[in-house]
Amino acid sequence: MSPKKGKRSGSSKMKSKKSQSPTPQGKTGHPEDIFPLTLTSATQNLFGCQIDEDVTAQSPYKLLKKDDIMQDIKTRAAVSDFSPAKQIVLDYPEEEILLVFDSEFTFGQSFYLVLSPEAKNRILKLPETETPEVLENEVDTARKPKQWVSLGSEKEIEEESVKEREPLVFTFSRKRRFFGLPVSFSDNITPISQGFPSYEDNRRFIPAMLTDCGTQAVPKVQSSTAQTNWLGKRNNSTHYEPRDLSEEEKEVILQSDSMKEFLRGVTPRMLHALQQEEIFNLFTDDLKDLGADVEDDNEPDLSKGLELFKTFTDPSKGKKISSVNWHPSINGVIAVALKMQREEESDSEEDLSLTDPKFIAFYSFADLSKPQLLLECPADVVVFEFCPSNPNIIVGGCANGQVALWDISAEVTFLTQPGSEKVPANPFDLRKEQTPEVLYSAASEIESSHKAAVTDVQWLPPTFEVTRTGLPVENTSKLCVQVITCSPDCTIMFWDVRLPKQAGLSLFQRPDQNTPMTRYIVPKTFKHLDRTWKPLFKVSFQKMDGSGVYAPLKLSFEPYPGNAEAGSWSAEDFLDYSQLRIPSAKELKTLEDVNTKIFIGTEEGEVVYTDWKLEKDEFGLVHCPKPLFSFSTHDFMVYAVQRSPFFKDIVLTVGTWNFAIWKEGVMEGPLHVSKFSVENCTAGCWSLTRPAVFFIGKDDGSMEVWDLLENTNGPSQVHPGIISGTIICIKPWIVSSKQHFLAVTNDHRVVRILEISKSLRTPTSNESSRMEEHFEWETKYVKEFDRRKKVWAKEKEEQELKKETKPAKPVLTPAEQEELDKKEYGEFLKLEESILKGLGLWPKPDHSDKKN
Amino acid sequence: MAEVEETLKRIQSQKGVQGIIVVNSEGIPIKTTLDNSSTVQYAGLIHQLVLKARSTIRDIDPQNDLLFLRVRSKKNEIMIAPDKDYFLIVIQNPSA
Repeated sequence: MSPKKGKRSGSSKMKSKKSQSPTPQGKTGHPEDIFPLTLTSATQNLFGCQIDEDVTAQSPYKLLKKDDIMQDIKTRAAVSDFSPAKQIVLDYPEEEILLVFDSEFTFGQSFYLVLSPEAKNRILKLPETETPEVLENEVDTARKPKQWVSLGSEKEIEEESVKEREPLVFTFSRKRRFFGLPVSFSDNITPISQGFPSYEDNRRFIPAMLTDCGTQAVPKVQSSTAQTNWLGKRNNSTHYEPRDLSEEEKEVILQSDSMKEFLRGVTPRMLHALQQEEIFNLFTDDLKDLGADVEDDNEPDLSKGLELFKTFTDPSKGKKISSVNWHPSINGVIAVALKMQREEESDSEEDLSLTDPKFIAFYSFADLSKPQLLLECPADVVVFEFCPSNPNIIVGGCANGQVALWDISAEVTFLTQPGSEKVPANPFDLRKEQTPEVLYSAASEIESSHKAAVTDVQWLPPTFEVTRTGLPVENTSKLCVQVITCSPDCTIMFWDVRLPKQAGLSLFQRPDQNTPMTRYIVPKTFKHLDRTWKPLFKVSFQKMDGSGVYAPLKLSFEPYPGNAEAGSWSAEDFLDYSQLRIPSAKELKTLEDVNTKIFIGTEEGEVVYTDWKLEKDEFGLVHCPKPLFSFSTHDFMVYAVQRSPFFKDIVLTVGTWNFAIWKEGVMEGPLHVSKFSVENCTAGCWSLTRPAVFFIGKDDGSMEVWDLLENTNGPSQVHPGIISGTIICIKPWIVSSKQHFLAVTNDHRVVRILEISKSLRTPTSNESSRMEEHFEWETKYVKEFDRRKKVWAKEKEEQELKKETKPAKPVLTPAEQEELDKKEYGEFLKLEESILKGLGLWPKPDHSDKKN
Repeated sequence: MAEVEETLKRIQSQKGVQGIIVVNSEGIPIKTTLDNSSTVQYAGLIHQLVLKARSTIRDIDPQNDLLFLRVRSKKNEIMIAPDKDYFLIVIQNPSA
């Protein structure tokens, strides 16, 4: 312990740099001039040395006056804390005594007194007196001369100094022969060819961004001129005028004799040639004439008959096609009438399809996937026709007996430009993607329409119209205004699309049916007719044997050419149908030569030929005329009655098992009846280009092509499987001279468009006239046959009569018979003699005599 | 003059004759019934044709000479009667 302490004191001495006398340390465990003591809080308050207030660990020193301590000792005697240090304090030389707060209790008590003023000074003034003592220390040391340390400087001096040197010795060797010769020394002045090899300048990293370049502009092209000789002259262009002689010169020439001579010589030749031309065509190509004379192209006719061109199916389900028609003016547009497919044939009113709209759909060749235009109908349309004078007007006969009219003038652009932007004209039509639909403009009054489905509808030609009594009169408007419809309810009705004159004001006061929210655009063309349309007049035909009335299915009338100025229609001439009025019957001129007779095909298979004009019988009552003839050639329904486009008096009727050809005026019967066929014939139409050809459609989807000039017993071509199902309708159409189409529909919504091959569309030479002859023949035959039948019938009758009424003839006895025979023989011999004498052969060679 | 007229009229009155041109040896039309532009065109072209035809005939047989030339086309026929100094061109439409 004690050497450590001594060391410590020594170190402390070193630290302070002042060797003071080491602090005497008593045996009490603390140094002599430190007196630990504890002060009570009262004493602390008195002397202002409260712990943690006045005196802290950082500033533990407190100087106390000696007098105060003495005073405290006196006042408090034994109680005072300073009492054990009383003697020390008395002995203390100075006025103030340092009291140190000993927070770490190094001396065992919380406070200690520093007893000696030197210690006090030492503790208090320890940091302050340090620096000046250091300075004093350095100044005080005396300067002494240091030993010289060699740093290498004498070597340099030695080097630089000049000294004597011992003589140089240089040994060298020489060749023997040069021995003894003087030696010359010289300075070596060889340049230091050290060679400074080039090194890569490491200033290469500096990229040269800009370099100064000098440019001089020099023209690439230089113009220079040279003069040459131009030798070849050439015309670039010439302006010329035909050479002509002046009038006087011409006169002179014409007068000259040479001209006269010339003409005299030349004229006969010329006239000869000209006349030759007239007489006979020198340059006819006979071989060419034998062949097809219509077209000059050499395309071989590959297909025999009908080729499939296009086929499409109506996408709507549950519908059947009832009729199809080509649009008369727009090429490649077909209109298809759809009707609901009924599972049973019941006439129940609660049909599920009542709420579904019924349509006629227009398809265009450009886009066959969906219809371009839809016409909405009040009921299923069975037949429809385009108006010949205005293809935008369509009349249709419905399955409930109504007749409906459409006007598609506003929507015709959809047909002419199919697939183009369909801008709906009606701003309320939100469904822009939908095919445009047109509502029917007018539908007939249900009470006055047919009671059964309308099976045939036809426009009367624009050349004549019909009054209320059926009299044909002149049609002043030159438009098709009247329609004939027929229906199995045994009536034929005539309709007029114009407003009847006696229409009262009531029509105009009808409230406007169109609310602004209609989906469709209803053109106002036929508004005057809507719902109030009544037929002009009705006809029904009593059967010839009086057993009932005929139920017509199809009809055909003769188109009256009239004063055919109203050939084609043009948009400018078109009169607004709604402005037309039916003129009163008196104003119009009756046309006498109109053929008012029609052919009717009935439901029971009869073909009736009758007049539609209402007749007045003896009582002055108007009644329907009796038919002129009727034949039950067909045993069941007549599906088509059509006039030949070439002969206006030849009519083709197609019944269920056979077809027949009739001629108007021939009352005896059909010109030609075909054999009964196995399958039902369901449709038929004449070819538009060949007078002898017509097409028959069958129940099994096959089609027969009949050519009457080729074969009258059977079809000239049979095309089985043209279409699946029953053929409902066949309609021909001519698009161009090379494209003739046949639209064939079946009952499963498929429409097939067949192209008629060349052989079927080009008529053979003189076909028309041959056909006419054929029909003449047939007519004669029929008449002859009829006559003969009558004759036979009469004969038979007579025979019957005779047998009954004639008395028995007397029977001759054999002897009398022989006598009679002998007499006859004798007469015969005489006759023979006279003849032979006349011929000069008498006497005849006597065979009989010789025999005798 | 009257004679010339009369002859031309006779030719003109034949059936189907569309026009007559009288051309001199240089190809200049002297008398015509067609309009001026057609006349000039016919005269120029036919003149060359006739010269060619004539030279052809004479090349083959120098004793021979061109008597009459007929050019038949689809639409009509052109008949040319040449002579020493003039030619007569007649255009006819045989089917009309």
